[in-house]
Amino acid sequence: MNSKLNDRDIEKAMGKLLRVGVLSSALIVAAGAILYFIQHGNDLANYRRFIGEPKRFTELRSVWMAAFRGRGRSIIQLGLFILIATPIARIVFSVIGYVFEKDYLYVMLTLAVLAIILINI
Amino acid sequence: MSVIIFSFILLFVSITAGLLGSLTGLGGGVVLIPVLTLIFKVDIHYAIGTSLISVIATSSGAAAAYVKEGISNIRLGIFLELATTIGAIMGAFLAGFISTSVIAIVFGVILIFSAGVSLLKHEDHIEVGQGGPLARRLKLNNSFPSERGTIGYTVRNIPGGFLMMNLAGIISGLLGIGSGALKVIAMDNIMRVPFKVSTTTSNFMIGVTAAASAGIYLRRGYIDPGLSMPVVLGVLIGAFAGSKILFAAKSKSLRMLFAIVILLLAIEMIYNGTLHRI
Repeated sequence: MNSKLNDRDIEKAMGKLLRVGVLSSALIVAAGAILYFIQHGNDLANYRRFIGEPKRFTELRSVWMAAFRGRGRSIIQLGLFILIATPIARIVFSVIGYVFEKDYLYVMLTLAVLAIILINI
Repeated sequence: MSVIIFSFILLFVSITAGLLGSLTGLGGGVVLIPVLTLIFKVDIHYAIGTSLISVIATSSGAAAAYVKEGISNIRLGIFLELATTIGAIMGAFLAGFISTSVIAIVFGVILIFSAGVSLLKHEDHIEVGQGGPLARRLKLNNSFPSERGTIGYTVRNIPGGFLMMNLAGIISGLLGIGSGALKVIAMDNIMRVPFKVSTTTSNFMIGVTAAASAGIYLRRGYIDPGLSMPVVLGVLIGAFAGSKILFAAKSKSLRMLFAIVILLLAIEMIYNGTLHRI
């Protein structure tokens, strides 16, 4: 089998994966924005002092639950999680691609990159 | 200022940043942090978190197009991602311990450096032949499509490039930027990869590098939904519009103007940093 051709197929599918990730994230963020404006549009915007985000915006579980209750900012945060997950999904995709190509050196290298990221998530 | 007005002003500013960033190749992040901290008076930690998110958005969006064209060197990108992700985690860890004034000063210095790099002339020095044993072992030598047909190249000085990439990762994790300028230097100047391949591969790596520090930023509460929303949407709209009017990218005067704006913002950041106002 021609491995060059395989590389190109993987590259094309990878491009599609990145596009879908970014687009779906942007749509979810935009939907959350509308709800956020309805719920908090007239509140005061103040980011002068750093207090850090509450747990409900930093934990996937809490964000997920609140997003389903229709909370605007939680839906935005869910969209941001998808955005962060997009390049990570691309790495997982690369691992699978190299397994199919039987390029085990790159399976190992890509898994190492994935491990570095996942340990810190 | 109410949430609605704040969001719409920030959306407009981010569209401009995304447009300029894509036209000049400097990325939107480099102007976002100074604009957020100096004009919108946003705390630098929130600004860094917001910028990091916008960096993931624009780099993934642009990489989608480049990867399909087959210009990026995916194997080189993955190999160097080892260096940048380790660096990004080191940088994000450091960001929690270094005072905000020092972060502002480091940021200003990197800004000046990036503006300088963007104005430099690039001459391609394509290396052909067998390449070193490490480059062959790692299958880093590749080819890319151009107007003159497919051009093959080899990759040099891999340890040097790897170290420079590690530094680029540290800066990215510390400041929440893509540090595209440092990545291009590592590949273009040290590893002698053709310029077009360097820039697109750098773009491909930026999203993964940023994702590595995003987890740490998220846990520390640097990423605010209300602040990130107009910035992410704006930068994406701006970058998309920029990719549609790519012919303007060759305009030297636009790059010069953007470099001057960046230089002024950098001086302001360093000035405020030394006075401990940030």
